Amino acid sequence: MPVHTKEVAKELPLDPKIRKQLIQRLSKEKLQKMLEQMFLTRFFEENAESLYMRGLVHGTMHLSIGMEASPIGSMAAIREDDYILHHHRGHGHTIAKGADLSLMMGEFIGKEPGYCRGRGGSMHIADIAGRNLGATGIVGGGLPTAVGIGLALQMKKTDNILLCFFGDGASNEGSFHEALNMAALWKLPIVFICDNNQYGMSMAVEKAMTIQHISERACAYNIPGVTVDGNDVFAVYNAVSEAVLRARSGEGPSLVENLTYRWRGHSKSDRNLYRTQEEIAEWQQFDPIIRFTGWLQEYKVLSEDEIDNIEKNSKENINKATETALAFPEPTPENLEAEVYAP
Amino acid sequence: MTNPETKREITMLEAVREALVQEMRRDENVFLIGEDIGIYGGAFGVSKGMLEEFGSERVRDTPISEAGIAGACVGSALMGMRPVGEVMFMDFLTLMMDQLVNQAAKIRVMFGGHASIPMVMRAPYGSGTGAAAQHCQSLESWFISTPGIKVICPSTPYDAKGLLVAAIRDNNPVVFMENKLLYKAKGFVPEELYSLPIGKGDVKREGKDLTIFSYGVTAQRSLEAATLLAKEGIEIEVIDPRTLKPLDKELVVQSVSKTGRVLIVHEATKTGGFAGEVTSVICESEAFDRLDAPIKRLAGLDIPIPYNRALEKAATPQVDDIVKAARSLAIEGR
Repeated sequence: MPVHTKEVAKELPLDPKIRKQLIQRLSKEKLQKMLEQMFLTRFFEENAESLYMRGLVHGTMHLSIGMEASPIGSMAAIREDDYILHHHRGHGHTIAKGADLSLMMGEFIGKEPGYCRGRGGSMHIADIAGRNLGATGIVGGGLPTAVGIGLALQMKKTDNILLCFFGDGASNEGSFHEALNMAALWKLPIVFICDNNQYGMSMAVEKAMTIQHISERACAYNIPGVTVDGNDVFAVYNAVSEAVLRARSGEGPSLVENLTYRWRGHSKSDRNLYRTQEEIAEWQQFDPIIRFTGWLQEYKVLSEDEIDNIEKNSKENINKATETALAFPEPTPENLEAEVYAP
Repeated sequence: MTNPETKREITMLEAVREALVQEMRRDENVFLIGEDIGIYGGAFGVSKGMLEEFGSERVRDTPISEAGIAGACVGSALMGMRPVGEVMFMDFLTLMMDQLVNQAAKIRVMFGGHASIPMVMRAPYGSGTGAAAQHCQSLESWFISTPGIKVICPSTPYDAKGLLVAAIRDNNPVVFMENKLLYKAKGFVPEELYSLPIGKGDVKREGKDLTIFSYGVTAQRSLEAATLLAKEGIEIEVIDPRTLKPLDKELVVQSVSKTGRVLIVHEATKTGGFAGEVTSVICESEAFDRLDAPIKRLAGLDIPIPYNRALEKAATPQVDDIVKAARSLAIEGR
């Protein structure tokens, strides 16, 4: 049985007192920004999906609709000059790290001014200058690379940290073990964040491992491991903040598992044969955006009008970025071989 | 022909170590990472004494985690460091393949040219040590056929030092092959720091009757064969590309155009081996019209390297094999 929403609600709820404290501690501006990023991610992906349906996208895409709280809650816990490394389902991570929406949409469509000049596509959006060190399309492929990034941060004696995102499937790769062991051994400034959306393509987590929570694996490396309600942006923020503090103070890595759910299929070819519509519908009731706006209203941070405004502006911004990106020029093949090697 | 003006003779192993030491003194971003490279000094002794000078952070011993070592190189290179990884045997690159082939080689293009991966993976390769099938391979063709990676394979201590320095300073991932049998081979090497150009081959011996194209240990065996055949009046030109990717095509075309005959020799298995690529380079060039005899390949047998000494020798080209092949090619069609 997949981990159902009821169980999540039973097992993982954030203490309302902590949520209240967090809301009081975070500025209105910051909370607004987080909400905006969640809307932007949702609308970016809805537009991406529609562009795809209209035949305007050449390649594939991996949508994270329903999973927005994980990257946005996590990124709210770091500084602008910190680093992230993420994965093929990384639109939310890229937006949360402050990406330019037109360049991002441009890359999704494969245009020359896109972040990767149309060479990477949806699966590999990176903004190196913005310290978003990119997305790997190899499940678990980013984990050993994270060790190197952490090592460089440590050797250069910076106080920056790295958030390394990966999925539930990646935690079954050998690279997971090598990377977490080495990072723990050398106390590297990394927070390993598992976006557990409960399926590695069609393979349900409980068919792929015998443990209940992926975070239990942390004990093998003598590092903290915690599973939180990944559809609660405050729960994510709270757990990642603690892990970031530990990483920044030189105490080493942690493993945070954000338990969430992917509403859409794995990619464009997915017909959802491995799960029921009821299951999807049940999780849709735990929409991270609706839950977030509910709390923001409950604690009187934002009014319904203010929220509607943020939603409307976000939608407009994504539409504008989409228009801009569609008008971007196509790349040309003249120098393809010459650009493979760095000068 | 490179002929360093020095009387100082050191081994290939010492030349490799000297390149590492001098580059680490020059640039604090250079560091070593690998298994047993610290107090043990590396499986072959390359990093002996370096822990004492540079400390455990820059001569970093790792758990037996090859993917982790390669990842540590890729990630730190992405951050502007210049890591030099050591894989204990080239065979173990199999355990690093994702990091090298899917990450290191791809990141530059995949991220639109906004990132580069200046890393070196040193890889002791080749047979002759009685270590059998999983510790004796020459796997260069996998990396030669992977855009984004450079492949270097020196045959002399002088080339080893100059090319390793160049590899460390290069802004791309480099697989640096070191032949285990050549570690003890001596040669003249200047003490001062120098680098040799990547992508530039070297004429190791001039001749007019036949070109032998070879690198690494088989380049040295080819030189021995050339000395023996000179006594029979056959003048062989031995060219060593030193860099397999990028390849100095000009040198190949020039030499083959001059001699009209070419024997390509390497330890790696024949099918899908680099010799096939070099053959094509010649066939697609003006040198093809100058050929007086068909191009000949002398490569490793298409087998896993066997343990028994005699069987192991039979698996890869030895001096005798090169002499026979070169002699017959030199007179073919005359």
